[in-house]
Amino acid sequence: MMALIDTPNLADHDAFYEELLAAHKGLTEAESHALNAQLVLILANHIGDRKVLTEALALAKR
Amino acid sequence: MPYDYRPFEYTAPAGLTAPEPRHKVVIVGAGPIGVAMALELANHGIPSVVLDDNNVVSVGSRAICWSKRSLEILDRLGVGDKSVEKGVTWKVGRTFHRDTEVFNFDLLPEAGHKMPAFVNLQQYYVEEYLVEAALANEMIDLRFKNKVVTVHQDADEARVDIETPDGIYSLTCDYLIACDGARSPVRHMMGLDFDGELFEERFLIADIEMTADTPSERWFWFEPTFHPGQSALLHKQPDNIYRIDLQLGWDTDPEEEKQPEKVIPRIEKVVGHSDFRLDWVSVYTFQCRRLKNFVHDRVLFVGDSAHVVSPFGARGGNGGLQDVDNLGWKLAAVLEGRADRDLLATYDTERTYGSDENIMNSTRSTRFMTPADGAERLFRDQVLALASKAPFARSWVNSGRLSVPCVYPANGPDAPSLPKGTRPGAVAADAPLDNGWLLGALGGKVTVLALGCDAPQVDGAEVLSVPLTDTIRARYLGEASQAVYLIRPDQVVAARWLSPDADAISREIETMWKGK
Ligand SMILES: Cc1cc2nc3c(=O)[nH]c(=O)nc-3n(C[C@H](O)[C@H](O)[C@H](O)COP(=O)(O)OP(=O)(O)OC[C@H]3O[C@@H](n4cnc5c(N)ncnc54)[C@H](O)[C@@H]3O)c2cc1C
Repeated sequence: MMALIDTPNLADHDAFYEELLAAHKGLTEAESHALNAQLVLILANHIGDRKVLTEALALAKR
Repeated sequence: MPYDYRPFEYTAPAGLTAPEPRHKVVIVGAGPIGVAMALELANHGIPSVVLDDNNVVSVGSRAICWSKRSLEILDRLGVGDKSVEKGVTWKVGRTFHRDTEVFNFDLLPEAGHKMPAFVNLQQYYVEEYLVEAALANEMIDLRFKNKVVTVHQDADEARVDIETPDGIYSLTCDYLIACDGARSPVRHMMGLDFDGELFEERFLIADIEMTADTPSERWFWFEPTFHPGQSALLHKQPDNIYRIDLQLGWDTDPEEEKQPEKVIPRIEKVVGHSDFRLDWVSVYTFQCRRLKNFVHDRVLFVGDSAHVVSPFGARGGNGGLQDVDNLGWKLAAVLEGRADRDLLATYDTERTYGSDENIMNSTRSTRFMTPADGAERLFRDQVLALASKAPFARSWVNSGRLSVPCVYPANGPDAPSLPKGTRPGAVAADAPLDNGWLLGALGGKVTVLALGCDAPQVDGAEVLSVPLTDTIRARYLGEASQAVYLIRPDQVVAARWLSPDADAISREIETMWKGK
């Protein structure tokens, strides 16, 4: 059984997508990478479930 | 005051004039691991000959950080108290990014253990204490300036040829233990090689003497302004000696970096003044690698000859002492016919497992400290950036996860409701007793530890009953009112039950000696 939710789960995702782009606005490429890296780390800690994270990595790499 | 390297005495070995009778054990190398091995075997009643090509202790302080488990093992070898007394007991570590402290940790020594979490003590002191104990031990024949130059083995014995100032002679033995260090000539002579990773990074390691009232703490910097873009470490040792590690980068010239005119200005920047004496300097490249197998019939590899790690996390010498702990009782039992040679195979499986854990931890720390360009550096830098604003990221900052013994994979009976820390495969936790310490009372023999109940008499084990103090309850019982633990000679828990059953205990003792 997958632990990772890969079906719709976030209400108002269009607004989140917009917020994400807005956060990157005006950043250099390096600053954008840094922001993304911090986000990954913050979210990984929040999720707090190694299995979910491993599956997320696998999905992203597929 | 600089350490006084007194040479140990060489005497011409008997084997130069007439062949010596076959020895039970010959140990190659009188570093900390070889000498500890000889003392451990002597504790189990096995005499040995120890050969070393040199006649002084380790020049320069290599290992400085000795873990609680190492101190417990050294205690059984008779040099634990001395090491703690001389050593600097530290518990606070501070980590800086650029010039601000991002976090600090307190090793918070849990009360109720004889030994502290760590002490810092120069390797030459540990070696000096071990050699003194070995020289005073009749079972140990320590031979300096005896260099092993060839190794042979057949089904029945191993043989070495040895160069001395007075010529060459040979020794034969039942088992040859290679404790001849990271460059192990024995390993090379046998055509064996390490597998693993070499880090393309150089570190300057220096010991300086200075009088300063720096607290006994470990200070680690990522990218400090005094050493831009690299990492740095400052750690206190006895005799006003401080260890400094400076990451140099791969394209630096090690010979040039060792020159005082290069080193001194670098150190002045770390400590902020020039009032110090340079005690010892070296430039290292680090590796995390091991032999595929530690047991090769009659030749056994122990310590750095079997595995090497980068020093961040202090797992080299500490890992080697755990090898000694694991092998001593097994080899003694095989030599005395109490166990079959199969038992030695468990030295291989258990210590390659422990070594992999040490390699994994050291590799992770080294990678965090010396990230490759690209994603490795990106994430490392962002963990550091996060650490100053989010508590979770502080624990992700990795400047070395300090050495703790591994829990061996065990399939002995377990009562899972008992505390996890003392499950089968784990080293028994220490606890105070009325007149000493639990680990001292366990010593190095098979023990049935009876808690809150009477243990049945079984062959081949001593029964130890101790009063149920709060610490004993917390470490061994949890909610249970009674339990029985079977403990191996290396103080590793073999099995545990909620209630005693003589047959079950006897079965497990038998299994233990069979190496199952
Ligand atoms: C900079 C640095 C920092 C470290 N810090 C720590 C730390 O904080 N904590 C920790 O636990 N570990 C640390 N280590 C690792 C530790 O120093 C080693 O793990 C330890 O020395 C291994 O001991 P050993 O007895 O296996 O080998 P060695 O100490 O290398 O001893 C091998 C011995 O074999 C002898 N020998 C070699 N060839 C022959 C031959 N042909 N015949 C006879 N004798 C021979 C040598 O003379 C030597 O005496 C550090 C290492 C370094 C380099």
